[in-house]
Amino acid sequence: MDGAEPLVELEGATVRFGAFTALDGVDFRMFPGEVHSLMGENGAGKSTLIKAITGVLPLDEGSLTLAGESVQFATPHAAQAAGVSTVYQEVDLLPNLSVAENIWLGREPRRFGLIDNAAMRRQASEVLDGLGLDIDPASILGSHSLAVQQLVAIARAISTDLRVLVLDEPTSSLDTDEVAELFRVIRDLKQRGVAILFVSHFLDQVYEICDRVTVLRDGALVGEYLTTELLRIDLVQKMLGRDVAEFATRERVVEPDLPPDPFLSARGITSAPGIVDADIDVAEGEVLGLAGLLGSGRTELARALTGIDRPQSGIIRIEKSEVRLESPRHALQIGVVYSSENRRTEGLLPELSILENIVLAVQAQQGAMRRIPLARQRELAMSWIDALGIRPSDPDRKVGTLSGGNQQKVMLARLLALSPRVLVLDEPTRGIDVGAKVEIQNLVGELADNGLAVIFISAELEEVLRVGDRVAILREGRVAETLTADSLNPDTLLALVAQPDLPEA
Amino acid sequence: MSATDATTTTSSASGAGAKGMIGTFTSRYASVLPTFAAITILIALLAGAEIYFGNFLTGRNMSALLLDNAYLMVLAVGMTFVIVTAGIDLSVGSVMAFTGIFGASLFASGVPFVIVIPVMLLSGVAIGLLIGVLVQYFNVQPFIASLAGLFLGRGLAYVVSLQSIRVEDPVLLWLGSTRFTLGDFYIAPTGVIALLTVIVGALVMHFTRFGRTVYAVGGSEQSARLMGLNVARTKVMVYVISGLCGGLAGLVLTAYTGSGYPRNGIGTELDVIAVVVIGGTLLSGGRGYVLGSMIGVFVFGTINTIINFMGAEQSWTHIIVGALLLLFIVVQRAIVARSDRSR
Repeated sequence: MDGAEPLVELEGATVRFGAFTALDGVDFRMFPGEVHSLMGENGAGKSTLIKAITGVLPLDEGSLTLAGESVQFATPHAAQAAGVSTVYQEVDLLPNLSVAENIWLGREPRRFGLIDNAAMRRQASEVLDGLGLDIDPASILGSHSLAVQQLVAIARAISTDLRVLVLDEPTSSLDTDEVAELFRVIRDLKQRGVAILFVSHFLDQVYEICDRVTVLRDGALVGEYLTTELLRIDLVQKMLGRDVAEFATRERVVEPDLPPDPFLSARGITSAPGIVDADIDVAEGEVLGLAGLLGSGRTELARALTGIDRPQSGIIRIEKSEVRLESPRHALQIGVVYSSENRRTEGLLPELSILENIVLAVQAQQGAMRRIPLARQRELAMSWIDALGIRPSDPDRKVGTLSGGNQQKVMLARLLALSPRVLVLDEPTRGIDVGAKVEIQNLVGELADNGLAVIFISAELEEVLRVGDRVAILREGRVAETLTADSLNPDTLLALVAQPDLPEA
Repeated sequence: MSATDATTTTSSASGAGAKGMIGTFTSRYASVLPTFAAITILIALLAGAEIYFGNFLTGRNMSALLLDNAYLMVLAVGMTFVIVTAGIDLSVGSVMAFTGIFGASLFASGVPFVIVIPVMLLSGVAIGLLIGVLVQYFNVQPFIASLAGLFLGRGLAYVVSLQSIRVEDPVLLWLGSTRFTLGDFYIAPTGVIALLTVIVGALVMHFTRFGRTVYAVGGSEQSARLMGLNVARTKVMVYVISGLCGGLAGLVLTAYTGSGYPRNGIGTELDVIAVVVIGGTLLSGGRGYVLGSMIGVFVFGTINTIINFMGAEQSWTHIIVGALLLLFIVVQRAIVARSDRSR
């Protein structure tokens, strides 16, 4: 592919949101007829880069070149007109209209000024046949599965003069057959010289379909590699930013130290999507770290353990007696609490004060009829503000104005006010500064010392090792191994997280 | 033996064929089902009334159905556009009253019809435009924006006159009193206007890019925008169309009653919403048919006529329409829930 002109070339791309730099001087290129993957953990800048290419976000710095010409897309529509289309995970089509209309909407064939429905269906059929898809163009889009809707979205994209197709997490809700069908279509498009950007966190799929990988980390470019020349372990190491120097000395501890008397014990948890037959034990006074890549089922497992998603099968025991967690509310009553990784959308109410955010769950548990007296509320909030060191210590400040670390503490305070027995923390340190990170980590340790059972999820392996007493390793929805933290170092953990059964190369 | 085998094979094959056809049908036309339900109910009502009264399905009676409800049909067409975008227009009753009384007063002061009729239509358009701009550019809830339109229209109607104004204009009287007859059946020019409005409305909805964009906006505004459709213009336009229909309904009602009256059409906006929903249009937007709304008007009118025939209290109309509305909303919820599940 050397010598060929890149179809898309992004140079020095920088995108800032206020003070935060989401994309920092990234170079990126795609060649015609290749499938390119963009890899990185949460917050690495993948979606920002996609948005910069497809006209959703403007570049603050840098240039975008399409087929040798410098371009600037003001809107997604302008990008589409230039042949750059995107198919999102949640399909952005219209479920209430027919398949044919979804392909042609805005460009319908017309006769005598009126839409020629017959011609539109016929042309839609041609496009669908060209992709080898047997879909009735007159059927309503909403009557089809998500997979078919995605393929229709691709059909809409290729019905224009398509040059670049961006597929953002296209396979995350598809089953194996549907993925195979999608890959067949992707290969077909590749033959036609379309450049395809395939974003997925499924490493298997990336290795199956992609020719080239670009890795991002913390908004910066790590590098561009040929998939055939990049070992899976190296790819993961580049995504997570670990030095792999002493990787060879991987030691394996065969016997994990099972706590003699687990407080919470889960057996054979299977939950759609993504968790298969998971076993988890956590004792009082212990921190169990959960380590796994994005898409390994970290969050899904946490949700299944805390009554947010009802597992399809499996048993959860608390103090040896079996419980069925019907709902988050039920889980809270038993003392199992979950702190979401999305503290803005699934946690705090940014418009409310620190006090209100802390008292919320306690009040909800008491019932709205038995209102906690204001003086008691204030006392409660102040005690947690002191205990956790929330800054500023003004209980009437809006939570939205606090820093990430302090917001996280407010969330913790709310949960701790419920006097929980099991605390499940999903990436509590994501997006907060180093100092606050250490504080949160220390806090988690103290909570465990006070007798709580803590499950601590993090994408950062060092952190999991520092905080956790034991570490459960998740791979593709399975708990692959559970080991004591002492027996691991970041490199061995990295190897386990990536894929130990990698064929030697 | 062999004969039985043959029969079994044929029947199973045809069974599979029928199943396939049903599959194709539901995947293509699931959204028409509520409208079919409305047609079924209309037929049942008409048949039931004919059996009960014996003299219900007469040309006179059926013609009156169109004549008496022509203004409602015109309003229902405009409302269908608005509701398909997931909006609502509460102003239609007062817009009709305002344009009606305004027109009547212009006629009374001797202004010729070539000026009065366009002025009536444009007054409706102006109020519709105001609502549309409020909804689209000032981000006001359609309910609130059109409520403002409701008060504005009603207030303007009272400003024009507090009493009823008789209309003597020959053109308007011709519109209201002429009867084109065919056997027992007759149709007035106002009925022709109503049917033409339905036909034009249906054509626009189904065969123009604007019409399809109306459906797209109702399906998902965000997706429609990403597909490069002109969402803003479409959302303003549906209220303008509803306002235009309000003006036209004002004309039709003035011709029908031979006068303008500022208290006309109080509560009509709710009747209009009811007939549109009964006709199979989803209040959450994205699905519905202008022709369905016409069926809805006929259902509404038939219930009215039946109650007249029975000599019962008019309040029963509202009770029955209310019950039907409830039924339809439940049916629609069931359909939506099912199609959501299948995804």
